[in-house]
Amino acid sequence: MTAPLLTVDQLTKRFGGFVALDQVSLQVAQGERLGLIGPNGSGKSTLVNCISGTVPISSGRVLLDRERIDRLPPHRRAQLGLVRSFQLPRPFGSLTIADNLKVAMLYAGKPSSDSIHDLLALLGLEDKAGRLPRELTQIEMRKLELARAMAANPRLLIVDEVMAGLSHAEVDEIVELLLRLNEAGVTIVMIEHIMRAVMAFSQRLVCIVAGRKVADGDPREVTGDAHVLKAYLGE
Amino acid sequence: MTNLRFGLLGLALIVALWLAGRLVTNEYVFFAGYAVAQYILLATAWNLLGGYAGYVNFGTAAFFALGAYVSVAVNKLFEPPLIVLILVGALASGAVGLAMGYLTLKLRGVFFSIATLALAIVAQAVVTNWEFVGGSSGAYLLRPTAGPWGGSYVEYLFYVMLVMAVGAVVLARCIERSKIGFGLAAIRDDELVGEAYGVPTLRLKLLVTVLSGALMGMAGAPLPFYVAYLDPPSAFNLAYAVNTIAMPLIGGASTWVGPVIGAVLLTAVQETAMVTISSAANLMIVGLLMVLFISLAPNGIMGLLRGVRSRA
Repeated sequence: MTAPLLTVDQLTKRFGGFVALDQVSLQVAQGERLGLIGPNGSGKSTLVNCISGTVPISSGRVLLDRERIDRLPPHRRAQLGLVRSFQLPRPFGSLTIADNLKVAMLYAGKPSSDSIHDLLALLGLEDKAGRLPRELTQIEMRKLELARAMAANPRLLIVDEVMAGLSHAEVDEIVELLLRLNEAGVTIVMIEHIMRAVMAFSQRLVCIVAGRKVADGDPREVTGDAHVLKAYLGE
Repeated sequence: MTNLRFGLLGLALIVALWLAGRLVTNEYVFFAGYAVAQYILLATAWNLLGGYAGYVNFGTAAFFALGAYVSVAVNKLFEPPLIVLILVGALASGAVGLAMGYLTLKLRGVFFSIATLALAIVAQAVVTNWEFVGGSSGAYLLRPTAGPWGGSYVEYLFYVMLVMAVGAVVLARCIERSKIGFGLAAIRDDELVGEAYGVPTLRLKLLVTVLSGALMGMAGAPLPFYVAYLDPPSAFNLAYAVNTIAMPLIGGASTWVGPVIGAVLLTAVQETAMVTISSAANLMIVGLLMVLFISLAPNGIMGLLRGVRSRA
């Protein structure tokens, strides 16, 4: 097996006396589709924030392609190909849809106006290129979030609950998109509560409960794991 | 329009105003023109940080007065040509911009604004106690009677200020449409997300704080010659800070045009009010206009125009 694209090694994050993440280790292989699950408040989003650099880690290491990145500011990590979407869509409100993508492309990706158009077309947003984000519907907003992440030309894309609140058909549409993106060579970590989507998408599942990794492996085995069941369903 | 063409257009404007100036015999026109150009420069400088990046600077007066006082000091020592004073003013205020940016740019929103206001107060206290430039009793300067190329010195000052103002507007427009401009817009809208998409937010903010400060210093450098008597209360006048915030807000803060429209409009209104009503009415008018625009047209005149165009 080749070296993993992302390595999280003994990562601990404390907020004051509260341990949000306790010595979490995980690896993501090049080209892999990893699902990250866990109950609300278990530390999934904190883990994403630690990996992408939005919050500093307390101890441990994060490596991208064997390079330590845990001391780098978030923008450097994005430029290295580590891109994340936000749980609640956070578009640049005063910029048009096309310009939202352009920011990501200029600073983290490979700029060209063709690819902005292609990306918007891929996500069915081409008619909205000149519109402002506030004119979009919820699903379009999620798609914008994804399109912008793709515009940053990611090697590793972390999608943080991009499907919450979407309809059945819309969830399928997004999963389909992510699968295509993965086929194009992007490694993807998906954080999601919608199990149907996670199961359809993931090759491997990691489950985090109360800041600790309790399971890591084949999706069917992980969802049958005693710890995982206990965390979701109680004793 | 390309940046080059826009720059040439700016040059053409300067030449046209210079030609028109040949016909002017009343020196007041140059006095008033200087005030307009000075405010275009100040408002444009403020807008780089305030309008593009969304960081509201209440310390305009500090950068502006620093340029003026450094100019007084250097002039007293060496009496160099005006252009040298302007460059030294730009360096000094740019350096203060860098220092302030480094210390305060981790603060966001209103905290940054308060820090800039504090800077203005500290700077005024320092200058008031700086005896070499006159301290609290102020500094007198002998304004040369004639400019280096004939005409009165005030006329010369007007053209110098005009060139700087046009230059600043061209620079602002270049920035607005460049990679830097997109990065600044990202900072204004959502700094954290900008950073997550590769925008080096701290570096960009420092860059515009330095640029903005330097341009304000340049605007202040010729001031001692324009007013001939400079004391701290007038150089650090709150009106400079208030006006340079009001102008981009009234014109529209996210474009280069906004500060230009706002500066021309507000200065014209203020000059008229000063002559016809009283000089005390000035700030009240600015205040009223600001309240009106913020409540009725938060994106300024440019925002109103865009609204009309998209409805048409």
